[in-house]
Amino acid sequence: MSATTTPIQQVSDVTILFAGDSGDGMQLTGSQFTLATALARNDLATLPDFPAEIRAPAGTTYGVSGFQLHFGEVAIHTPGDEVDLLVAMNPAALKMNLDRVRIGGAIIANIDSFKQRDLDLARSDSNPLEDGSLSGYEVVALELTKLTREALKDSGLSTKDIDRSKNMFALGLALWLYTRPIEPAREWLKGKFAKKEMIRDANLLVLDKGYHYGETVEAFAARYEVAPAKLEPGTYRSIRGNEALALGLVAATTKSGLGLFYGSYPITPASELLHALSKYKDFGVRTFQAEDEIAAAGSALGAAFGGQLGVTATSGPGLALKGETIGLAMMTELPMVIVDVQRAGPSTGMPTKTEQSDLLMAVYGRNGEAPIPVLAARTPGDCFEAAYEAARVAVKYTTPVILLSDGYLGNGAEPWQIPDPDSLKPFEVRLANPDSVARDDDGAFLPYVRDEVTNARPWAPPGVAGLEHRLGGLEKDARSGGVSYDPENHQYMTDIRAAKVAGIANEFRPLEVEGDQEGDVLVLGWGSTYGTIKAAVDRARSQGLRVGHAHLRWLNPFPNDLGAVLSKFSEVLIPELNHGQLVRLIRERFLLPVKSLAKIQGVPFKTSEIEEAIHQTASGN
Amino acid sequence: MSDNNKPKGVKPAGLPKKAAGPKGAKPARPPAKLGSRPAAPPKARIVPTPSGDGDSTALPVLTKKDFDSGADVRWCPGCGDYAILAAVQRVLPELTEKKEDVVFISGIGCSSRFPYYMNTYGVHSIHGRAPTLATGLKASRPELDVWVITGDGDSLSIGAGHFTHVLRRNLNVQIILFNNQIYGLTKGQYSPTSEVGKVTSSTPYGSLDHPFNPLGLALGADATFLARTLDRDPKHMQAILRRSHAHQGTGLVEVYQNCNIFNDGAFFTYTERDSKALNCVFLEHGEPLVYDEGKKGLKLDGLKLRSIDLTNGSSTSDCLVHDEKDRTLAQIYTQQLMWNDDLPRPFGVIYTEDRPTYDSLLQAQVDEVTSKKGKGDLNALLHAANTWVIE
Repeated sequence: MSATTTPIQQVSDVTILFAGDSGDGMQLTGSQFTLATALARNDLATLPDFPAEIRAPAGTTYGVSGFQLHFGEVAIHTPGDEVDLLVAMNPAALKMNLDRVRIGGAIIANIDSFKQRDLDLARSDSNPLEDGSLSGYEVVALELTKLTREALKDSGLSTKDIDRSKNMFALGLALWLYTRPIEPAREWLKGKFAKKEMIRDANLLVLDKGYHYGETVEAFAARYEVAPAKLEPGTYRSIRGNEALALGLVAATTKSGLGLFYGSYPITPASELLHALSKYKDFGVRTFQAEDEIAAAGSALGAAFGGQLGVTATSGPGLALKGETIGLAMMTELPMVIVDVQRAGPSTGMPTKTEQSDLLMAVYGRNGEAPIPVLAARTPGDCFEAAYEAARVAVKYTTPVILLSDGYLGNGAEPWQIPDPDSLKPFEVRLANPDSVARDDDGAFLPYVRDEVTNARPWAPPGVAGLEHRLGGLEKDARSGGVSYDPENHQYMTDIRAAKVAGIANEFRPLEVEGDQEGDVLVLGWGSTYGTIKAAVDRARSQGLRVGHAHLRWLNPFPNDLGAVLSKFSEVLIPELNHGQLVRLIRERFLLPVKSLAKIQGVPFKTSEIEEAIHQTASGN
Repeated sequence: MSDNNKPKGVKPAGLPKKAAGPKGAKPARPPAKLGSRPAAPPKARIVPTPSGDGDSTALPVLTKKDFDSGADVRWCPGCGDYAILAAVQRVLPELTEKKEDVVFISGIGCSSRFPYYMNTYGVHSIHGRAPTLATGLKASRPELDVWVITGDGDSLSIGAGHFTHVLRRNLNVQIILFNNQIYGLTKGQYSPTSEVGKVTSSTPYGSLDHPFNPLGLALGADATFLARTLDRDPKHMQAILRRSHAHQGTGLVEVYQNCNIFNDGAFFTYTERDSKALNCVFLEHGEPLVYDEGKKGLKLDGLKLRSIDLTNGSSTSDCLVHDEKDRTLAQIYTQQLMWNDDLPRPFGVIYTEDRPTYDSLLQAQVDEVTSKKGKGDLNALLHAANTWVIE
């Protein structure tokens, strides 16, 4: 790298957004910039935002794909409210994202894609690069397509292939502008196109050209540097929620010694779990792409009956289809994990957009009285621990467990301190022992005689002589597990199944409150809103309000001390990416007039939105 | 929030600590009077080998009774299901020495109560979904001996998707399809195998649906073992169950089963003495297709099966010879011997082929990847990315 003449400014945190056509490779550009940023040791959070269509008509607003990244030397909890730099590959990308750019922010636009046809496709009446509408921003218009074609004129590649590498020019330029290392992207290209040398060399060349172009063109007044964040000592990697969740399940199979069976049907945004787990056959992981969501759940339950860690994952519509099987798992009291990577509903909804609107379905969405534990992950990296915990609790209490993630967590990335496998909670497995199980006077195994502490029933997979038994969806006799229509027995079984789930709360750690421990407002959240709530609470406290933040790991059962925590604050504010579902659960349980901040737009909260709601709540509005 | 609203105490709307119901009441004790319980699992009896040479070597031998759970069988008196239960209990001791490895998985319907009556492991699952549980179980525990019990509504209506998929995957399980051409447990509606025009509680003016051809459907899904038998022919049924169990892959056995309450006599053409001979052709591999007590045979005339008179000039050498490995023949049988009342219905093993099973392929893939990569190391996997260290 040659000595630079462009001055370098130190900044504490930056938000950049790569936006272009869904065929422009923006997700790839964003994820490579993320990797470079992680290796530059910044804290970071990402928000990939893309259409459901694989290749929506080129140049249209509904084909725009974006990747937002917030990084800093300070702790980063959100993908950023306002964008400092927007890289817009065409007018549609600019049009869809301009409102996210802060006034005075920078815009790099590919002027080659701002021709009349492109403007027509984006339904822009005039050219924003010329009509003065961007006067409040620092605009750098580049001939990205032309520069790429010139760089590759001797490459022997087709124009189509050449144009496909222009995102590497943008990446190179962005890396230069933010003084990121270029080596990780180079290494990645070498690996990705190892067998396509021409493409590999072309991309490497364009990446370098982009990196050096910033210096040559002298269009930029300054470069920016973001110092490493002060993260806890340890070994880190960048991780996305879906990756972390899959690793958490592998940790569960390794630590428990139980085989992992994963039955799944492809669905956005959960499919990546299947992709990831199908690679881990060396961990004995068996993945099964089922014919539908129902078969996926049924296969996981069949495996659970066989003594495996039975796991299935899906998103909202799939959870609806799995409902009957989850009910059977609850009735047969077999351990099973159901992952719901939530997306915007209802019905097919907005598959690539995030939401938290399956909470009530997870807690209540089955016929009959069918309580099961429900927990949620709060950050991409936390998906690891949440998955491990879901599996551990399912086995310990012989119950299906629903784990809620969402599209934002699944696709979003953050630096993750890699845990030491030895530091994970012990994962106890107690299979029924034919010599010590409860038996009736005739010596028959009683598969519904419970553990006195956990109320779990013995898990007795086939293959063990003397433990032969039959399970099913018909109501069970409280001891033998035989079919029973006895009224009192049904009451007892309904009660004991509820008590078993409620009792899980007895092993929870005290509910942690960040910020003030008592005061004006408690912000109560769950799931992926963690980072944004934390950032908003920090800001509100710096302005003198007494605000606490409690974030629920478990939505069912609630922690035993939740009521006590709620009582220490004058007001309770619950921000959710739904129409107020946790609010209903809290009101139902505690009869408290909690306040709802409901956002249902398919995108995460902005910090400012929660901050404003905290102020309003504190002032009694 | 006013003080009045403040939850006092640590556990506000207290769910109880242990074993208490939603209203905070302590759950009632388990009722003193429990329903009829399954009897004790009879231990494998030790009996002398009948070798007659005075050697007293004792081997555990399972009997039919060992497979009886002792639960009261609740099918209607006279139901064809009893015969199927008896046949399965009778053949199992020949097929296995390890009762604990046997698992019966059923869906919902009259037939699906079956697992409760077997003193083995079992799951009475969800309507139509038995193949899905069987798939997860067999794919993760290939050493188990898994049987799927289903009916015509269970496997061909609500579970038709899973039925075809388990067949194409060729999971190494047995499927016994109790076909009674009616919905029994829901009280007599027409089923996906009921004949057109059937008058039932849901079709007072006659049903309009063209019925499924179960074995034709299975063949279309590339099933590797197809057989048909009759509830009223226990010997034949036992022989077919043995063949199905011996088959490596999905052993599909369709049983014509009489529902004497809602569809009595649906198969009497094939089961009763006066009509059976003329309407059934019992297939044997390598044997000519002869029926009506040797008086008639089936001849292949081009691509058409034709009945020939063996008492008047033609002989068995003119008859088609059954080859259970011949897929084309299987297609001809399942199409031409299904809707044509002038020709007999085939029973026995209609088709079988060798094809790797899903469970063995999955096991082989796991083994292969593991032997190539070595057993996975969790710590290494967690670090398998670009990492950096913060001091």
